[in-house]
Amino acid sequence: MTNKIDSRQRRTLLKGLVATAGASLAGCGETVPPTYGNILRMGDWLTFKSHRLLLPEQSMAREYELSDISPAPAIGTTNPADPDKGGVHPEYAPEYAGYLKTGFANYGLRVEGLVSRPGLYSLADLKRLPSRTQITRHTCEEGWSAIAQWTGVPLRALLEAAGILPNARYVQFHAFDGWSDSVDMPDALHPQTILAYGMNGRDLPVPHGAPVRLRVERQVGYKNMKFLRSIVVADEFDDFGFPGDMKNGWAWYVGI
Amino acid sequence: MAVEATHAIDDAAASPKAGHRAWVRTCHWVGVLSFLALVYSGVFIFAVHPRLYWGEVGNSLTPALLEIPITANHRPDGWERTATFPVGDGDVFTASRTYEIFNQNAWARSLHFLAAWLLVVTGLVYVLTGFGSGHARKNLLPPLRELKSGAPLADARQYLKGKFGPSGGGPPYGALQRLSYSVVIFVLFPLMVMTGMTMAPAITAAWPFLLDLFGGYQSARTIHFFCFAILLLFLLVHVAMVLMTGAGRQLRAMILGR
Repeated sequence: MTNKIDSRQRRTLLKGLVATAGASLAGCGETVPPTYGNILRMGDWLTFKSHRLLLPEQSMAREYELSDISPAPAIGTTNPADPDKGGVHPEYAPEYAGYLKTGFANYGLRVEGLVSRPGLYSLADLKRLPSRTQITRHTCEEGWSAIAQWTGVPLRALLEAAGILPNARYVQFHAFDGWSDSVDMPDALHPQTILAYGMNGRDLPVPHGAPVRLRVERQVGYKNMKFLRSIVVADEFDDFGFPGDMKNGWAWYVGI
Repeated sequence: MAVEATHAIDDAAASPKAGHRAWVRTCHWVGVLSFLALVYSGVFIFAVHPRLYWGEVGNSLTPALLEIPITANHRPDGWERTATFPVGDGDVFTASRTYEIFNQNAWARSLHFLAAWLLVVTGLVYVLTGFGSGHARKNLLPPLRELKSGAPLADARQYLKGKFGPSGGGPPYGALQRLSYSVVIFVLFPLMVMTGMTMAPAITAAWPFLLDLFGGYQSARTIHFFCFAILLLFLLVHVAMVLMTGAGRQLRAMILGR
């Protein structure tokens, strides 16, 4: 009897060890960002990990003067309701067209996931929250740069208003052109990470992502998602398949 | 293997023409691999926006310092003006791109940064071992009196006449060799890494002095480009010199040591 228990315990212990070893081995395939066994993604992972390890978490991107504001190209999707102007999503495009007609008066940003008060935030709701205005440099992966003034609600303020839960690890963004992306908490809670509804003192123009776009100033241009439809707070990483960076071959973390 | 290594080091101490040390050879070839990957990916990256600027800002709506038309990615007529903002010194405007561009940056950027990691690690090992072992001081850095005497220039004149002198497949190097290796190792590669980091928004958020040092993001990009051009020129001349001074023996020395 005693022996049986012992052997059962031993088996359980062995199983546990095997499971732990297996999990830590499998962990190689479950890094964030995932590498999929691709050497280029391993380099991306190394860059992400070393930035998070070596660079101060709350360092601020440089802010500029009004006189530094420059002409600003709009690229990629410049109108999610117009098939000639970038990505058009079968379901979201008509929805966006409906918002365009009212000048976004009937727009609502969905805030969902790990928040205690999920809901729909109109532009007026967003403007009632604390606001931040910053003049920053947009740095495109293509090699060009532009300086503009952005006004919006700090993502942190919105997340706190929605009652972000302690197990939040990623904030995911879904856009009207069908694109999806996410940031980790150091970037989500960074003071310069804002949901911008104003550009250079005016409402955010459609080509630049109206009515609301993300500004995440310590990453390159494409991370600053335009045309935000919804925000989801999550505890797990999601690569979003083909509407996302990684399955299209692009790095998820682009602080470089 | 251990015996051979000891033998090589003994020889190095005994004879000035002892070939290349194992760590020099390793760093050399890993450096070659990472440099070629950086050049290859860098050309693709540059081709996406082959225009250079000075300062913080530069894009298709602003004038360029230099434009190299290797792709049709810049089309001044391909932009649709959509809004004007009355800010700053007069109005600024925004325009939307109306055409598709050539862009392979998904893999090119990731390959560039992966190769950059390899280069930085190899470079650190090389420079630290170089100073620790005395290789940098003895064989690379040209003594001031050598520079003042104009010895590198005299070497250049000889090379242009087709006179290459004895080449040992390793140190000691000629005056021009020492000068050019030193410039590549201690000036150009560090400049490449630093201007590269100046283009990274996460890094300049942490270390904004980089932006001041190089005069802005676009200035850093322009310096990065010209350092690349000089390094490419060095590569061509370096390979040409190897070919003209006994390619087989030189390659053997850099692979096997002597």
